[in-house]
Amino acid sequence: MRATTRLAAPVAAVAAAAGALVPTTVLADAIGGAVQKQATNWSAILMFLAFVLFTLGITYWAARRTKSAKDFYAAGGGITGFQNGLAIAGDYMSAASFLGIAGLVYASGFDGLIYSVGWLVGWPIVLFLVAERLRNLGKYTFADVASYRFKQTPIRSLSACGSLATVTFYLIAQMVGAGKLIQLLFGLDYMVAVIIVGVLMIGYVTFGGMLATTWVQIIKAVMLLSGASFMAFMILAKFGFSPEAMFKAAVEAHPKGLAIMSPGALVTDPVSAISLGMALMFGTAGLPHILMRFFTVADAKEARKSVFYATGFIGYFYILTFIIGFGAILMILAPDANGAYPFLTAAPAAGAKAVIANVIGGTNMAAIHTAHAVGGDLFYGFISAVAFATILAVVAGLTLAGASAVSHDLYASVFAKGRANEADEIRVSKITTVAIGILSIVLGIAFENQNVAFMVGLAFVIAASANFPILLMSMFWGKMTTRGAVLGGGLGLVSAIVLLVLGPTVWKAVLGNPTAIFPYDNPGLFSILLSFAGIWFFSITDNSEQAQKERRDFEAQYIRSQTGLGAEGASAH
Amino acid sequence: MSQSAQRIVNNPKFQELVAKRSAFAWTLSIAMLVIYFGFILLVAFGKSFLGTPIGSGVTTWGIPVGVFTIVSAFILTGIYVHRANGEFDELNRQILEESK
Repeated sequence: MRATTRLAAPVAAVAAAAGALVPTTVLADAIGGAVQKQATNWSAILMFLAFVLFTLGITYWAARRTKSAKDFYAAGGGITGFQNGLAIAGDYMSAASFLGIAGLVYASGFDGLIYSVGWLVGWPIVLFLVAERLRNLGKYTFADVASYRFKQTPIRSLSACGSLATVTFYLIAQMVGAGKLIQLLFGLDYMVAVIIVGVLMIGYVTFGGMLATTWVQIIKAVMLLSGASFMAFMILAKFGFSPEAMFKAAVEAHPKGLAIMSPGALVTDPVSAISLGMALMFGTAGLPHILMRFFTVADAKEARKSVFYATGFIGYFYILTFIIGFGAILMILAPDANGAYPFLTAAPAAGAKAVIANVIGGTNMAAIHTAHAVGGDLFYGFISAVAFATILAVVAGLTLAGASAVSHDLYASVFAKGRANEADEIRVSKITTVAIGILSIVLGIAFENQNVAFMVGLAFVIAASANFPILLMSMFWGKMTTRGAVLGGGLGLVSAIVLLVLGPTVWKAVLGNPTAIFPYDNPGLFSILLSFAGIWFFSITDNSEQAQKERRDFEAQYIRSQTGLGAEGASAH
Repeated sequence: MSQSAQRIVNNPKFQELVAKRSAFAWTLSIAMLVIYFGFILLVAFGKSFLGTPIGSGVTTWGIPVGVFTIVSAFILTGIYVHRANGEFDELNRQILEESK
């Protein structure tokens, strides 16, 4: 496969190193740039087929146990904290974070670590401020909690918009990424790859609901963590488990030399840095597919344990990707035992250092080449299959969250005013799943040649600016009213989208204008503050009858959120 | 408000639980914010410190500082879960028991 193809190396990692600061720069590498189809990779395809067969078997088992709405949305509430922790980690560790962060470390060293840290630190906040209250108050979606004592129609509608916007942008990025990665890894057509992902995810979600989705996440998380652990182990073993020896060899091989051991240009001005940090931190606490996972466990105690395990797994995974990135420097940029450079399109001239961008397939392939180098053909196939499984699991989780927003929030609460029966609600959910699946295939194909990297950033900013403020304030602030929530949350949603479009990522890079109207890549700092300020202002100025009632109802909500009195339990089976 | 809820509000243990748990959760949240934004500001303004080698090797201070930030997130969640699932849940159980 290596000898036959020469790929246009995506330039995004280089752009990231040059100072772009969006949560998407890493992903940009995985899905930006032109990609050529590779020779068909049979060992990877066979291993992926084994994964698909196994997960379809689980879906069949889950389908027989999925009868009520609670089963469909929340796996009956019977998932343990440990299982849910793995599933959350599975939802969160996307192919972009595995391949993208390893690629970023390969290209610029230490900067990759800065990036990983940002993706992790939202989790403690989820635990301390959100998880147990959410579990005590909610049933299936975070809108259950956000709308707890408020007028259902406006808050549910806004939360559903926030959820669907987050899910759609995230899905487009994942689908386009899936198509491109699978072309690279498996040698399948882009369109074939996108259709396979869409069809499988419809299958998992419509038939197996949350139970099947959870187990797909768990299996994928275990595969990804064990594959990455093996790679990191093999890399460190080459250096007698001395990180210092590994870093030393990497500094010698890398064209940037000692610079890879210190922060580069990833973070330049503090406003951008803090803005990105806020979007990542609070966005994590506002992602609908993540929040939904807390309803799959029995009680607040298990919800807390889920976050503890998830934080451990995700943190461990990021440390592994850092080691794998350094391993990639050594496997790709240093000559092998025969003095050859098997993963570069051109060997460096005598005495010169290898060129980073010459890596076959672009920098996002760095981790995959490293797998090949440390584990041979079979392990290379395994890691490719894991990358595919990863995408599949993430899109299944997103789709279920989108379908729930439509069926549980829009259909059952807004349209049927809470009078819909369970069977109809589940039917709407399944129809929506099929619709989202087809839509994401269509969007995946439509956006094939677009730069969609900013979309994950957009998803996080929307989650942080619309979903998170409403959710947090509804649980903590007794004076919030429906009007404050709707206007403040709406302000967050609109300002996040508008500022991102006017900023350098879209206005300049995507639309091709010479200068951006809004100077920062990430609008998080501004849109999040606007949202909180809006909720505060439009609530305190609201003296309607409804507002008085909502304030009086806070105490009962507060007691339930703190003690779990009257909270949803696990179903009997 | 239901009778149980009324009894909970009047139970001094409830006030104790809420006060203790909230103070604990906010303290740990602020600790995480300080650690993370401290790291980011160090990256923005203290590049030379993070790029200083430890001793005579090539490993810089940035590596342990970065790894510490990751590990601290895990440790903070562990500290919270330990106390919440033990001490606080026991108090919570008593409150619910006494509200019946």
